[in-house]
Amino acid sequence: MATRHDTAAPPLKEGGAAPGRPPADAVPEADKRRRARLSRRWQRDMRWSPYAFVSPFFLLFLAFGLFPLIYTGWASLHTVEMTAPTDMEWAGLRNYTRIFDDDFFWNAAKNTLTIGIISTVPQLLMAMGIAHILNYKLRGSTFYRVMMLAPYATSIAAASLVFVLLFGRDYGMINWALNAVGFDNIDWQNDKWASQIAVSSIVIWRWTGYNALIYLAAMQAIPQDLYESAALDGANRWRQFIHVTLPSLRPTILFTVVVSTIGASQLFGEPLLFDANKGTSGGSQHQFQTLGLYLYEQGWVNQHLGRASAIAWTMFLILIVIGIVNYVISRRLRASS
Amino acid sequence: MTTTLTPVEPTDQKTQRVRRPKSARAGGQMHAGPIAYVILALFTIGSLFPLVWTAIAASRDTQRLAQTPPPFWFGSNLFDNLEIAWNDANLGEAFINTTFVAGVSAVTIVFLSTIAGFAFAKLRFKGRGAMMLIVIGTMMVPPQLSVIPLYMMVAELGWTDQLKAVIFPSLVSAFGVFFMRQYLIQALPDEIIEAARVDGASSWRVVWHVVFPAARPAMAVLGMLMFVQTWNDFLWPFLVLTQTGSPTVQVAVAGLGRGFTPDQSLIMAGALLGTLPLLIVFAIFGKQIVGGIMQGAVKG
Repeated sequence: MATRHDTAAPPLKEGGAAPGRPPADAVPEADKRRRARLSRRWQRDMRWSPYAFVSPFFLLFLAFGLFPLIYTGWASLHTVEMTAPTDMEWAGLRNYTRIFDDDFFWNAAKNTLTIGIISTVPQLLMAMGIAHILNYKLRGSTFYRVMMLAPYATSIAAASLVFVLLFGRDYGMINWALNAVGFDNIDWQNDKWASQIAVSSIVIWRWTGYNALIYLAAMQAIPQDLYESAALDGANRWRQFIHVTLPSLRPTILFTVVVSTIGASQLFGEPLLFDANKGTSGGSQHQFQTLGLYLYEQGWVNQHLGRASAIAWTMFLILIVIGIVNYVISRRLRASS
Repeated sequence: MTTTLTPVEPTDQKTQRVRRPKSARAGGQMHAGPIAYVILALFTIGSLFPLVWTAIAASRDTQRLAQTPPPFWFGSNLFDNLEIAWNDANLGEAFINTTFVAGVSAVTIVFLSTIAGFAFAKLRFKGRGAMMLIVIGTMMVPPQLSVIPLYMMVAELGWTDQLKAVIFPSLVSAFGVFFMRQYLIQALPDEIIEAARVDGASSWRVVWHVVFPAARPAMAVLGMLMFVQTWNDFLWPFLVLTQTGSPTVQVAVAGLGRGFTPDQSLIMAGALLGTLPLLIVFAIFGKQIVGGIMQGAVKG
């Protein structure tokens, strides 16, 4: 360390900088001790301050992130009731076998999967298209970017309540528009696919603009030479998009897929508030009950915290599998490119 | 110490110079055609329509909403409905509560994320790689997984229905640490830290006089993002603030929709009130927020 402050700038009275520097033993004893002390304090500071800077985050994380996560796993192996949360009785894997035997669990898992797909796929495709357009030279591009992001500022609660009205069966705006172009009314509440599409549309509405901005940022980081050489090779705009833009965006696309998948796996507020009967079962026939809602129903309505924990950990394990698959895919892609 | 502040300016220019040449942006040299503008206009309408219609529905009465065609323009009941919704949902208290919760969370997250992000970006220490991996891993863990033990903890501590039950779990933001790290890697050159060290500055002084000034733009953006996120948070406040007492805006608004005889125009008035403050923040700081999201998206 050439920059140690105790050696870098000797006191003025000793004659200043390097060449004429007096030997160390010419320095008075007290001064030397003071310097040694400063130096020790300095080293302590250098050594421990990084930990001081990261420790508040990790302490909070341990208390409110890691501990609850592990404790959920522990609780999932017990019978715990909401009425007496500290009263835990060992149950082994019974909670897991019970939920796996429960048709509503599989129904919720299937719904989460289908709602996840019909919300994530169109959302990311549209986001990609918008990002591509926003990447051209545009008049008022900032205006469009901010407008695209307005839904992101809207809360789940407000958005869901509005969409309930828009998707009303008898007087909703969307059925009115469908009527106007000659279609019959659709029962967005009770029809399985229609209700899932309606719930997905809330998600799509809120997150498309956000993802578009992320794609746009990644597009702007692609070096222009790649496009120039592609143009020299005779590639038209579409081929440039396929052969230059998309490959360069692979890591970003994977990132948004993972983030959206995690978001979709924990859908809760949208299906909860979309239910006209104000229940927790995701519609009269559980037609849009997600795993998040099923977890809530088991834990807070039926008061089986142990079973709810097992649902939570099952979701966690599914996400780990998704994470591993994502990691393998990105390794493959990197190796092949 | 003030001398260490000045070099911050040229840094900004430097990072900008690297990013600047507009012609080097993909497609950036080409003007968009009319079709592009039409598509953008459609998406803009699509993104604003539900918001505008919330206001239209809030300005009508429920009978009018239960007719076809649905109303396309404002009626005269807006202020009456807003007032009733405000009183029914106890929104005044909810606003104060939510502002407090979101404010405390945002400020704490920004502070903790900046110092931790600085350590990860610029300091060498044992276990740095492993710790960073944990931070990134945390970003992947959905909050729902922790909800049950958190609920038990809160119940055990006797915090149920109190705002601190909402605040404490919301202080952990791995995203914030990651975001600040990415920013500081490029925005804070090592030479400035070295220079401050030569001047004899301790680590805390470096943070106070060098890191905070350099990180100010990113801190502002992160603060706004976290404020929006906490303001809109639904699941956790909904679970711990179930009883009467001190709801957040989102819980209060959702409560309007879950009454036994819901009045649609009142619900819409509540939804409008719950969203309005954030839309105003967005109208003022939209550009910065957009810039922040885009900055956080690119890997450093």
